[in-house]
Amino acid sequence: MSAENLLLRVRDLDVRFRVDRKSEPFRAVKGISFDIPPHSTVALVGESGSGKSVTAMSILGLLPENAIVEPRSEVVYGGRDVLKAPLAAMQEIRGKEISVIFQEPMTSLNPVFTVGDQIGEVLRLHMGMGARQAQARALELLAEVGIPDPRLRVNSYPHEMSGGQQQRVMIAMAIACEPKLLIADEPTTALDVTIQKQILDLMAGLQQRHHMSVLFITHDLGVVGEIADRVVVMQDGEIREQGPVREIFEKPKDPYTKALLACRPRLDRRPRRLPVIDDFIRGEGAAGTAERTRGTSAADPIILEVRNLDKTFFLKEGLFGRRAIPAVKDVSFRLPKGKTLGLVGESGSGKTTVGLTLMRLHEATGGEVLFEGRDLLRLSEKEMMAYRRRIQIVFQNPYASLNPRFTIGQILVEPMRIHGIGSDGRERTEMALHLLRRVGLPEASFHKYPHEFSGGQRQRIAIARCLTMKPDVLICDESVSALDVSVQAQVLNLLQDLQDEYGLSYIFISHDLAVVKYVSDRVMVMNEGRIVEMADSDEIYHNPREEYTRRLIAAIPRGLQRARETQP
Amino acid sequence: MSAILGNASAAAVRDSPGLWALAWRRLLQDRVGMVCLVIVAAYLAMMVASYTGLVAGDWSRERGVSYANPSFLAGEVNLEAKALEQRKAAAKAPPVDLSDVDPLAPRYKEWAERAAKIAVHEVKRSQTLPFGGDKWGRDVLLKTVKGSEVSIFVGLSSALLATLIGTVLGALAGYWGGRVNDLLEWFYNIFTSIPYILLILAFAAVATATGKFGKGIVPIVLVLSLTGWTGIYRLMRAEYIKHCNREYVKAAQAIGASNTSRMFHHILPNVSHVALVQLSQYTVGFIKAEVILSFLGFGVPVDMVSWGTMLAEAQNELVIGKWWQLVAAGASMAVLVTAFSLLTDSLRDALDPKLR
Repeated sequence: MSAENLLLRVRDLDVRFRVDRKSEPFRAVKGISFDIPPHSTVALVGESGSGKSVTAMSILGLLPENAIVEPRSEVVYGGRDVLKAPLAAMQEIRGKEISVIFQEPMTSLNPVFTVGDQIGEVLRLHMGMGARQAQARALELLAEVGIPDPRLRVNSYPHEMSGGQQQRVMIAMAIACEPKLLIADEPTTALDVTIQKQILDLMAGLQQRHHMSVLFITHDLGVVGEIADRVVVMQDGEIREQGPVREIFEKPKDPYTKALLACRPRLDRRPRRLPVIDDFIRGEGAAGTAERTRGTSAADPIILEVRNLDKTFFLKEGLFGRRAIPAVKDVSFRLPKGKTLGLVGESGSGKTTVGLTLMRLHEATGGEVLFEGRDLLRLSEKEMMAYRRRIQIVFQNPYASLNPRFTIGQILVEPMRIHGIGSDGRERTEMALHLLRRVGLPEASFHKYPHEFSGGQRQRIAIARCLTMKPDVLICDESVSALDVSVQAQVLNLLQDLQDEYGLSYIFISHDLAVVKYVSDRVMVMNEGRIVEMADSDEIYHNPREEYTRRLIAAIPRGLQRARETQP
Repeated sequence: MSAILGNASAAAVRDSPGLWALAWRRLLQDRVGMVCLVIVAAYLAMMVASYTGLVAGDWSRERGVSYANPSFLAGEVNLEAKALEQRKAAAKAPPVDLSDVDPLAPRYKEWAERAAKIAVHEVKRSQTLPFGGDKWGRDVLLKTVKGSEVSIFVGLSSALLATLIGTVLGALAGYWGGRVNDLLEWFYNIFTSIPYILLILAFAAVATATGKFGKGIVPIVLVLSLTGWTGIYRLMRAEYIKHCNREYVKAAQAIGASNTSRMFHHILPNVSHVALVQLSQYTVGFIKAEVILSFLGFGVPVDMVSWGTMLAEAQNELVIGKWWQLVAAGASMAVLVTAFSLLTDSLRDALDPKLR
């Protein structure tokens, strides 16, 4: 394709960030080049820290103050270099010809204006429309992005809408001026899987109808297959591979791309271990082809049984009133010893509340939790201490669940001290070091602080902290959701190894159905605080009985299947 | 422990700065912050030296003439001193001759001779002092140094006490919520509904009138801290409410850490930067408050000197053009307060609460 036909041309883009006066600037993007042809969707894929968002911000001219762009870098749009264009020219282009959607619709919309006003503002600013005309166009746009009852919703405030609807409003604002290029920075990452599917379908349709190009930035290769024409794979500020989507998926050349495709759990296979990036870099991509069988039988010994669990939250309302918000309703299940129970559901389905209530981090409002025959919910705080160490939890956000002021050593030794495990400091230190090695961290970590570790390493530390207490049941509350796919594979492998070694029983809570399918023996689907369906994991994925389960499974990104093709 | 870890751990210890070490490194890079730190440290050293009597131990000696000029203004006429001289001279001049009516007249000469035998040491008062003298001829510079002792001590100790009260109450209210929170909020609202100056004056009046709060500078420290804890209480309460729902606190609960341990062992180090910044702001505020109280006469006792009492004296002196006491106390206070405020800013930057 000749240069004139390209919508956007990026050449040798090199961006560094000044961190402080003394240290060398941090090089985030290391001289990358790629093109965006007209009327096509280009996906920029990479894990956190790969420089994909910095690339997008460079195209928009929205880099922060401390960024240094190399003079030889070029981002050519419409015949002029965006990087060297004056501010006024950029403001003319931004929002009108190049528009952007961010990850968090909640924080991108202004909470004090109605959505109609916010869309109208864009139209008045860039299209020179009058107030009445802008309002009418806003209505059309809301209808186009699939907001039900646009005439009513145009006067709503952002908080009155769900996350998916807010993202639709963001999209309406972005396409309001008929842009030639839409940059979507992880637009579906914060959304539930069913909503993600809808938004992807919507974006694919809009791209076709409005003849625009989309630069779709994501960490999830699964999503890319549904929407992109071309794929650019980035790692550490460099482009590893780029090409048409079919080529990338079917004949990946770069080991990193191969690894990214392979390390995500798949619905049709269950290898004993997930392949990780290192395997591919070393050229051992085929490792771990042996399948693992999952499932439960009636004869399995039961370690934890939950009967009719209820949890209602009360909100203060007015001076004396309070409003009941039921979060978990009549939930019953059994956890067989040494097995994994997967708990899936969309946000707000009450799956996390179940986990926290089991551990009595929330007090239940009704029901029983039988652990080896004793009802944990009736125990006094003192009696509970003995059981507390036997049920442990690994939280979702590895950046929030470790105390930033404690060294790793303090974090690991504290639970042992509380529960009197190990006779003295020396023995506890030795046990902590052993566990660090077990979860794959160097012993030198003992004296370091959490901020010196990456997300995956922190999650290993959180797992090690639980293991210090030799628990029987481990609740993993979205424990791998915040991690990059490659790191996620490593942590999942670790969890499986630990289960094999110590016979741990897991309650695995996640919104990611593919991951749950991979690690679970039995799967429980929750919606609005109730159990919708419960069955062995293969059973539930192959023969879902409930409509809701079927919808969830249909929404899982499936690689190369095209979003547009599945649209009615 | 080190035996188990060997050399690897020694290296790790060096490589792993805690948050405070990191903050210290950032502060070292901040030029303004470092200058301010040096100034504040110098003031503190001065305070300690003055307390131990190393400097300004004899500040109360009357070494100059009344309102002695500063040495750089030696040529200026000192009307006050002159008037005093004249009065003295007038006293020395031979009295009007009343010998014909005075029955004691024949003995005067004898007495004068006897008096001459006793060596009377006329104190040699200098005409000028480095930064001038006060009404009694005391050195203003030494007085300022001595005054720093009370001012800084009062500022620091009442700030510490107020921070302690505010932090503990804020932690209780924020952590427990519910009834405890309601009670403390009620208490807080009562405190803040009374105008601040009025509250201080009421406390100070009670303290000085009854003498139950002790003597010297103890009452003023108590008055300032008992009225000043409210701001930090609110801040700490908000921080505790925020941190209680953080996952690391939930994780601590999950491993079975007690409430006290969670409150003070887990959460407190994470919010202590707020308390620290607030502490240094309070110190500045209380140094100024002490000055105001002393100025109004509710401050330190009359036999002590503080910047506040110096300013209170200065209001009368200004009328007769003696400005040096005002300038000395005012400038030293301004420098300290400015340095302390800038240091607070630098501290806040260094302790950037964006925890990585």
